[in-house]
Amino acid sequence: MIRLEKRAQPSQFWTFATPFLAVIMTMIVGGIMFAALGSDPFEAIRTIFWDPLFSEQFAAYSRPQLLVKAGPLILIAIGLSLGFKAGIWNIGAEGQYIMGAICGAGMGLAFYPSESFIIFPLMILAGALGGWAWAMIPAILKTRFGTNEILVSLMLVYVAEAWLASVSSGLLKNPEGMGFPGSRNLQQYPASANLEIIQGTGMHYGVLTAFIAVIFAYVLLSRHILGFQIRLTGEAPRAARFAGVNPTRIVFLCLGLAGALAGMAGMFEVSGPAGQITIDFNSGYGFTAIIVAFLGRLHPIGILFAGLLMALTYIGGELASLMLGIPSAAIQLFQGMLLFFLLATDVFINFRIRLDSGEAA
Amino acid sequence: MKRRTLLASAAVALALTGTAFADGHGKTKVGFVFVGPVGDGGWTYEHNKGRLAVEEAFGDKVETVFQESVPEGADSERVMTQMALSGADLIFTTSFGYMDPTINVAKKFPDVKFEHATGYKQADNVSVYSARFYEGRAVQGHIAGKMTKTNKVGYIASFPIPEVIRGINSAFIHAKKVNPDVEFSIVWAYTWFDPAKEADAAQALIEQGADVILQHTDSTAPQAAAEAAGGVITFGQASDMAEFGPMPRVSSIIDDWAPYYIDRVQAVMDGTWTSTSTWDGIGPGMVKIGEISDAVPADVKEEALAMVAALGDGSYHAFTGPINKQDGSAWLAEGETADDGTLAGMSFYVEGITGEIPN
Repeated sequence: MIRLEKRAQPSQFWTFATPFLAVIMTMIVGGIMFAALGSDPFEAIRTIFWDPLFSEQFAAYSRPQLLVKAGPLILIAIGLSLGFKAGIWNIGAEGQYIMGAICGAGMGLAFYPSESFIIFPLMILAGALGGWAWAMIPAILKTRFGTNEILVSLMLVYVAEAWLASVSSGLLKNPEGMGFPGSRNLQQYPASANLEIIQGTGMHYGVLTAFIAVIFAYVLLSRHILGFQIRLTGEAPRAARFAGVNPTRIVFLCLGLAGALAGMAGMFEVSGPAGQITIDFNSGYGFTAIIVAFLGRLHPIGILFAGLLMALTYIGGELASLMLGIPSAAIQLFQGMLLFFLLATDVFINFRIRLDSGEAA
Repeated sequence: MKRRTLLASAAVALALTGTAFADGHGKTKVGFVFVGPVGDGGWTYEHNKGRLAVEEAFGDKVETVFQESVPEGADSERVMTQMALSGADLIFTTSFGYMDPTINVAKKFPDVKFEHATGYKQADNVSVYSARFYEGRAVQGHIAGKMTKTNKVGYIASFPIPEVIRGINSAFIHAKKVNPDVEFSIVWAYTWFDPAKEADAAQALIEQGADVILQHTDSTAPQAAAEAAGGVITFGQASDMAEFGPMPRVSSIIDDWAPYYIDRVQAVMDGTWTSTSTWDGIGPGMVKIGEISDAVPADVKEEALAMVAALGDGSYHAFTGPINKQDGSAWLAEGETADDGTLAGMSFYVEGITGEIPN
């Protein structure tokens, strides 16, 4: 009979191996699903994982798009990972992302049509502050009244969505928009546009910020006392308290950083690829980033690669849907499998499989 | 220097593959970008029917591709670009939120033709098209006003954009005309397609006493909710939704995009395509009224059909004065009809509707 036996130490090998195993299992089961839908599974898998990077027809366009799509995911996931390491479950990054976008865009539009160079930096600041402030609500409620930050932060996503709908058909509505909801297009307003730093590479300021955040988080976690305190709080809260770590401070720090980074991601998105505040501007980056954070093992470098992989499945998934006519629901299922198999195989990190003879039971 | 040559060669390569396709495939490739799933039973379903009609009309001479459930915004821009890169000659983008992305992508692909539904931004290679759904709403309002016993009509609205507001106004004006006591309760769902949300909205309206549910969202969930409640009538939205007839669905507004799509594909094949702005109603057949079921009394049905005919031949305009705005100020004088500009940007309720347009 097969049973699971707890390991004395989490397995180093499986910590690294399970993401790869999850990808391979997703390919196999996903391939079977595509075959059942009547598509050639090998062609489908190739279209998803290979074509965006190397196809002659699409790669020149989709390679830069990979960065555009991965940028916000990485930026948000880095912030979330700090909290997750400390056992602080911020599920509301989507809301912080929306509030950052609203504040950032609002700051830029307040200056319209001025052409000062100071506008864009001010917008970044406003975006970060917007996201930070939105994350402070669950932080204060948690530390003062002991509320559950999972519920509060998640519920605040829906409040943020209501704000988004309100400002795009009211406060920030484009006065030249013929009565349609949606703000002015920030791409067409040079002082506020988040442009590519090098033309044609997809490398806009948000992607650059995401890379800086990866380095920052790496240094923080591996070289700084604060990083040690964050890890300690997550792994052994009582020990952390005895070591003089102030848990309130950690809650504010982790939620605040995550909020600020998510807010910045929203701001870079609205002033760059999206261009305008609209009623359904948000497209789930805040939630997908949770998957990215775990897929990347809450490690900054891991998150970098997980973000790129996630972006690849999105862009490749779109291509598969376009070229092979695979329904979009099947693509979503394929992406969902990735997380499912990761969580399923994660059991091997802490457990090993034992084959016993029957009488033991 | 090196980077620049690299980019330049990439651009050349891109241009080459582009022309290679134009010469090579012989078929005209037509792309469609859909906001919902093709099985939504409403808006996207009808656009997809238009796509299938194009395939049927041109057979081997045409190849169609589509992408469903594409979020509005940055993602749609990528989807359109990939479609253009894959060699599409003509791309229909079928939701309002695709407007700026369509214009952006069209700039990058001057040789590809684009058609954007329900927007207002045109370019040399971007046409806009929409249907005068408000004509259908007039017929709907008439039937609703006649049929309601509680004098309460529930309206599931999607987003506060002119198209939706126009529909509410048109339905209300014609309901009020035949039933001065009628009241509209409007729920804003902030979605085009979300069966759970739409069902909740319908349920709430029915509980408030509404016995007519009008919807400007795309799923059949409100129909199902009305069927379960019993004694409530509904109208198919965007698609016939005939499977819910004869009750609760008593009629429907059908978007028929097929003739327009076939027309435009033909124009691309002939090389006669130019950027146009099309806004067609019942007359040219872009808007159709689905069969009025037997649940509607014969005299009401007759009046409704007469109105359809009058709207179709242009002898009656759905917005004919006297009509005041909600605040009581005059909008249209006796016999005056609304101009297209005002209708296109309509952002006010007419007199008698309670509540405010959210902002």
